[in-house]
Amino acid sequence: MGSNMAEQHPVGFQWVVEAKERGASVMHVDPRFTRTSAMADLHVPLRAGTDIAFLGGVINYILSGGREFTEYVRHYTNARVIIKDEFRDVDELGLFSGWMPEDGVYDVSSWGYKGTQGELTAGKKEQTGDVSGDQAHGAHGMKLEHGEPPEQDWTLEHPNCVFQILKRHFARYTPEVVERICGVPREQMLHVAETLCRNSGRERTGAVCYAVGWTQHTHGVQNIRAAAIIQLLLGNIGRPGGGILALRGHANIQGSTDIPTLYDILPGYIPMPHPTSEDDLDRFVELNGPDTGVWGSLKSYTVSMLKAWWGEAATPANNFAYSYLPRIDGDHSHYPMMLRMIDRETKGFIVIGQNPVVGSANSSLQRKALANLDWLVVRDTSEIETAAFWYDSPEIETGKTRPEEIGTEVFFMPAAAYTEKDGTFTNTQRLLQWRFKAVEPPWDCRSDLWFTHQLGKRVREKLAGSDDPKDRPILDLTWDYPTQGPQKEPDAETIMQEVNGRHADGRFISKYQELKDDGSTTCGSWIHAGIYADGVNQAARKRPGSEQSWIAPEWGWAWPADRRILYNRASADPAGKPWSERKRYIWWDSDKRAWTGVGDNPDFEPDKDPGYEPPEGAKGMAAISGSSPFIVHPDGLGWLFSPSGLVDGPLPTHYEPHESPIDNLLYRERSNPTRQTFERPENPYNPPGVEPGGEVFPFVFTTYRLTEHHTAGGMSRSVPFLNELQPEMFCEVSPELAAERGLEHGGWAMIATTRTVIEARVLVTDRLRPLRIGSDPPRTVHQVGLPYHWGRKGLVTGDSANELLPLVLDRNVHISEYKAATCDIRPGRRPRGPALRELVAEYRRRAGVSS
Amino acid sequence: MKLETHAWPGSYGAEAKPRVGFFTDTSICIGCKACEVACKEWNHVPESSEGFTGHSYDNTVALDADTWRHVAFIEQRKEVGVDGAASLAQSASLDQLIDETGLGTYQEGDGLRWLMASDVCKHCTHAACLEVCPTGALFRTEFGTVVVQEDVCNGCGYCVPACPFGVLDRREEDGRVWKCTLCYDRLKDDREPACAQACPTHSIQFGELSELRERAQVRVETLRDAGAEKAQLYLHDSDDGIGGAGAFFLLLDDPEVYGLPPDPVDTTHDIGTSWKAVGAATAGLGLTLAAAVFGGRR
Amino acid sequence: MTGGSGGRPDGGRRSATREEGATRRSYYGQPVIKQPVWAPEIPWYFFMGGLGGASGGLAYLAGLRGSELLARRSWTIALAALTISPVLLIKDLGRPERFLNMLRMFKVTSPMSVGSWVLAASGTTTALAALNSLTGRLSRLSRAGRPAAAALGLPLATYTGALIAQTAVPVWHEARRELPALFAAGAATSAGAAATVATPVADAAPARRLALLGAVAELVLARVMERRLGELAEPYHGGPSGALSTAARGSTAAGALLVATRARRSRGAAIVAGSLLLTGAACERWSVFKAGFASASDPRYTIDPQRGRVTKRRASGGAGVAAGEAATDA
Ligand SMILES: Nc1nc2c(c(=O)[nH]1)N[C@H]1C(S)=C(S)[C@@H](COP(=O)(O)OP(=O)(O)OC[C@H]3O[C@@H](n4cnc5c(=O)[nH]c(N)nc54)[C@H](O)[C@@H]3O)O[C@H]1N2
Ligand SMILES: Nc1nc2c(c(=O)[nH]1)N[C@H]1C(S)=C(S)[C@@H](COP(=O)(O)OP(=O)(O)OC[C@H]3O[C@@H](n4cnc5c(=O)[nH]c(N)nc54)[C@H](O)[C@@H]3O)O[C@H]1N2
Ligand code: SF4
Ligand code: SF4
Ligand code: SF4
Ligand code: SF4
Ligand code: SF4
Ligand SMILES: [Mo]
Repeated sequence: MGSNMAEQHPVGFQWVVEAKERGASVMHVDPRFTRTSAMADLHVPLRAGTDIAFLGGVINYILSGGREFTEYVRHYTNARVIIKDEFRDVDELGLFSGWMPEDGVYDVSSWGYKGTQGELTAGKKEQTGDVSGDQAHGAHGMKLEHGEPPEQDWTLEHPNCVFQILKRHFARYTPEVVERICGVPREQMLHVAETLCRNSGRERTGAVCYAVGWTQHTHGVQNIRAAAIIQLLLGNIGRPGGGILALRGHANIQGSTDIPTLYDILPGYIPMPHPTSEDDLDRFVELNGPDTGVWGSLKSYTVSMLKAWWGEAATPANNFAYSYLPRIDGDHSHYPMMLRMIDRETKGFIVIGQNPVVGSANSSLQRKALANLDWLVVRDTSEIETAAFWYDSPEIETGKTRPEEIGTEVFFMPAAAYTEKDGTFTNTQRLLQWRFKAVEPPWDCRSDLWFTHQLGKRVREKLAGSDDPKDRPILDLTWDYPTQGPQKEPDAETIMQEVNGRHADGRFISKYQELKDDGSTTCGSWIHAGIYADGVNQAARKRPGSEQSWIAPEWGWAWPADRRILYNRASADPAGKPWSERKRYIWWDSDKRAWTGVGDNPDFEPDKDPGYEPPEGAKGMAAISGSSPFIVHPDGLGWLFSPSGLVDGPLPTHYEPHESPIDNLLYRERSNPTRQTFERPENPYNPPGVEPGGEVFPFVFTTYRLTEHHTAGGMSRSVPFLNELQPEMFCEVSPELAAERGLEHGGWAMIATTRTVIEARVLVTDRLRPLRIGSDPPRTVHQVGLPYHWGRKGLVTGDSANELLPLVLDRNVHISEYKAATCDIRPGRRPRGPALRELVAEYRRRAGVSS
Repeated sequence: MKLETHAWPGSYGAEAKPRVGFFTDTSICIGCKACEVACKEWNHVPESSEGFTGHSYDNTVALDADTWRHVAFIEQRKEVGVDGAASLAQSASLDQLIDETGLGTYQEGDGLRWLMASDVCKHCTHAACLEVCPTGALFRTEFGTVVVQEDVCNGCGYCVPACPFGVLDRREEDGRVWKCTLCYDRLKDDREPACAQACPTHSIQFGELSELRERAQVRVETLRDAGAEKAQLYLHDSDDGIGGAGAFFLLLDDPEVYGLPPDPVDTTHDIGTSWKAVGAATAGLGLTLAAAVFGGRR
Repeated sequence: MTGGSGGRPDGGRRSATREEGATRRSYYGQPVIKQPVWAPEIPWYFFMGGLGGASGGLAYLAGLRGSELLARRSWTIALAALTISPVLLIKDLGRPERFLNMLRMFKVTSPMSVGSWVLAASGTTTALAALNSLTGRLSRLSRAGRPAAAALGLPLATYTGALIAQTAVPVWHEARRELPALFAAGAATSAGAAATVATPVADAAPARRLALLGAVAELVLARVMERRLGELAEPYHGGPSGALSTAARGSTAAGALLVATRARRSRGAAIVAGSLLLTGAACERWSVFKAGFASASDPRYTIDPQRGRVTKRRASGGAGVAAGEAATDA
């Protein structure tokens, strides 16, 4: 669900095909019938943006039928935990307790475990007033005495225990309601639910795969939470064949999240400090780390990282240079950053491996941002739209602007491609695989590593001798990396060694448990500790699968500590015995008094007895009981209910997309109340379907990828062999919509929103079908499918789908709603020149949106 | 009498290698076109854009001089039922599940299926292209495959309409014909052809023909047992019109649905008939001439 | 590169999804086999080969009969035609500079290979004979050359029928029995007609008889071929090939009539008659050529008969997709 795995992850999909050959049922829930659907046993078409309703129906089916894996749920999840009395579920209103209408965010203190301190559940304790609700760092924040939730009911019957709250919350998601919201015949949803139930339990497991069909919504994170609830209820986490697989994006997007490139986290998901903690490292740890579970060692991880970065300059006396770290003073995610450029608050921009003019929502807004910069650096393998925006854009075509009017100085720098450099890719399974350079980069092309190293060197040369304290963090960095080869590229393996870390005597760290908080260890990223264990590049292990066990432990290296399945303690029952012989994976060997298994490393303390109970005052891993597999959580439990970490609610709740044709059939609140909107002239929204003007955009559209192209096209529209496979931008419509709007198969269509109008070739296909949605009376809603790969540069060109999309974000992660919006469609090619602006203006007039 | 050029294994003697080929199992093709791209990359086949065709996701149209692998896409509206789920190995068990739980149909109204199949030169046992080639540019390799020697071909174009599958075509730019070589260069290095190596699902299986044929037989029976009524092996039978192919297929529908001829025959298998007709016509012409010259008065 | 849809979805289709029935039996209406890549040189080559080949025979026999003028004129015609023929053939090659590769081997399975040798041999011998006839030189050599040229000219006129029949083009392949004869008849007509035009009426009686016999045979054989082709003959009834076919028949019939009547007396009429017959013969080749393209481009012609065979075999309990010689020979 929420992924087109066969098309976007064809290499991984081979295992789905293989599983299917061995008897697995494959089901695909997607607005369109895709190449994945073609291989599935069942395809369920649903309206874009309604997955929570669908999954809620599944959860309701499980709970009302008593189909959950009771023993697993009771022992391994927080079903038994009692939530604070103050907690109020959404009920009719669609708002949880704690709503602060003036700020548009929640005070999350009422969502906590009963008996814990309110402020301890925040997970973002460090927020200052002005960034309230904008930063969330997952589950780090919650503090529990020796890892135990204070109040629990093992019978799961207490009205305020998670299990009962869950039951009540999802009771509304009846098959009838699901049918009317999603447009899915109820039999189909029930069939999916039943198949999942049958393939779960002791003897069987089922997996859920998702990608951006789930994330790119104003409630993206909650889609995945809903799946987590299903998988926890059915006992499908931590077991072979189970899990929730986030099919990651670019070949190394997982790696760049881990190490990371995001603005609000440090390597290994350590939160980026806020100004609140000032220069006090202990205060930072206090505010961000629970003291139980894996995060109980946050200080060791952080100190080791600081030592890796600043070496000798990081001393106990200066808090290990903690003050050198930058602080977050606001929402610096992508879109707010672009808006700051429009407002001329941000003057310079370095773009490495991104093409926001095609890849980010509201392309014209993106270009406007770039046009307001002083300087722009683009490092890419070809001249992408983001580098060419100043002389080639729709605004120039329509005469709205001219190149002479754009003052941005653009530097385009050639980047080495992945074949031209060594390094790792981290895949969906957190598996790092070393990649060897195949050829030297040609001409002036250099790796991004070379660029970053050089940039650092040159800045440091400029600052050399400065005694300004603000230059210290840069001057004190450990920045001497050996170079190699004709282009003097920094040696990637030494960087990996730094990431792995060392003991004071120079030995390599072999697992994160060895890290110390006294400065005697270094480690660039604690989750990667051990990747260079024993001085060996563990990621470069490439023993063929056929020559080893099915776990393939000698292929690559998985973080953390080379564990192939996370939380795999859950593959055994509370007493440590496998749930079933068929599904055995990790179990307790009482003779050896150790966890053993079929070949993976236990994601648990190797010798912790299943009967272990944490003593009073226990901290860190000692606070995790012998039967609590989810060691990253402070209570070691799988969270059916999220007391911490999310800004939009502890339980998934169905909200309509920001632009949607109907009202919320379940709650008064139409769309996610915490979604981030940006009311600005550059970013008009279509009126919702139910409001005046909404009828101008009666159709739902969704955007997606094709196997034949890659994202914003810089890597595929420059390759003739790929271009000929999908040479032109097109739209997919059902025969019914084509008939209604007079669209001709193979002809052209205009797709219109209040942002702009684009054109595309028409592919009429039964793979899209009209859906019956809404109530009193139900109506037919058509969906339009748009791949988003085209732009104005490259060997094949075409209008970009992102010209059509507005900025509207999920507040948890600031992802934009690429997957559901409303539009109009009509036959023909779009006007050129100023006439296009007139057409857009006419649409805005009709919809009552000010230009 | 059948006239045929004999080469493999005969003329290779001890040099002859076991005959190799492809078994393309279209039931597990996901239409990713990796095979098309890999072929072009490895063999330096030029770009050949045909523009947007509207033929589902197929924009390369057909095999030709610049497309040696071609993936066909067929969207079919299908009645739901056992046959409607025919592409799915699990259809049988699914139906059962639905019955048991009393859920009725699992796809409302018409079902849909999307067939994908990767096509290639068949490397026929009796290869018309090779037989008609006047220059010997087309020849049979030690692996039993059919290859064009690009330095010999003079572009006479005879092989083009001779192939019963429309595989070969002449490249405008250089006047020669081109087609799949079954990666002759790679075979010589003991390497798998590029397309097969790139195929993520093993829809394209490369190997010794005898072994592939056995595997295919098992596979088609599995699918039939699972309810795929129309699952059929195509060009698998050495008794067929081309003597069985070096590249054969498992199809889920009739060959013509995929653009393949349902009963291809080696066009030169009846060359004898042609020569007889030429003989007769020649004699007839001679007699007519004689009659005209000597038959009249003045 | 032929047959590409040039970026246009095939007309008429309203969706990428196919409905049961009509369009089911092909892949987006696309041809199964490739259209030939042969250019207009090829039908002209067929024509010239026929003209030249049969003219050689006519010249030789006329010489034997003692009709010196007719023989000389016919040798000249043969020489002209057989000088142009290889030029046409080579021009049509994708790599003309490699035309000699045609003679790299001799393959009976390839009518083109056989034909190349025949063309080479008949061209050489005809040149010899014609030069002798025109200049009186090389008489020793030409003594053997003349009959050789005559004998080789005959298959040169007919092998082209086998050449196109040995393709997968239905309208050609299924006419493999008739095509050589049809082309022979055309050759006879052309040679007779050309000589009728080129020779004074008094000396041209054998030529006129030849033209008449050829024309009648051509008309009859064309009918026989169509009858045998059945539904596959459709291209002869419509489109460019149909028009050419009609033109061929009209022209040939008119020419035949004229050559049997007024052309015996009037040189003017003889020239008109001869021209009509030459036109008819050329149109006939062109019509066959064009019919091949039409037949190759429509998948029905390839699929329907094959599907019919399979159905028949299934009905008679035969194996699935197994074909065999009997299938097409039936
Ligand atoms: N060939 C190829 N592979 C790629 C990429 C590429 O560009 N090309 N990109 C890579 C990247 S960066 C990423 S992030 C991944 C993305 O991988 P995917 O998430 O699989 O990619 P998409 O095609 O964007 O979206 C998947 C599906 O979501 C469906 N969808 C849309 N809206 C909804 C909805 O509301 N609910 C549900 N259930 N489904 C919905 C779409 O119809 C589409 O089929 O792919 C990676 N792999
Ligand atoms: N409408 C719509 N929009 C979307 C999505 C959607 O589903 N729908 N999906 C979103 C998603 S998930 C993603 S990930 C984004 C992707 O959007 P972007 O990241 O903006 O687009 P890419 O084309 O992936 O940009 C990567 C660039 O990096 C260059 N590159 C490749 N290798 C290197 C290298 O080694 N060094 C350097 N310096 N450059 C390199 C490539 O040539 C390419 O131009 O698009 C998002 N946008
Ligand atoms: S392109 Fe690379 S990352 Fe994507 S599926 Fe293929 S092999 Fe995997
Ligand atoms: S499929 Fe065609 S090109 Fe390939 S070997 Fe057979 S006849 Fe020759
Ligand atoms: S075109 Fe080339 S390969 Fe084909 S028959 Fe002629 S010479 Fe042979
Ligand atoms: S075998 Fe080689 S030449 Fe033939 S299709 Fe595959 S990659 Fe191309
Ligand atoms: S590579 Fe394999 S799965 Fe992909 S299109 Fe080709 S045959 Fe199908
Ligand atoms: Mo992505």
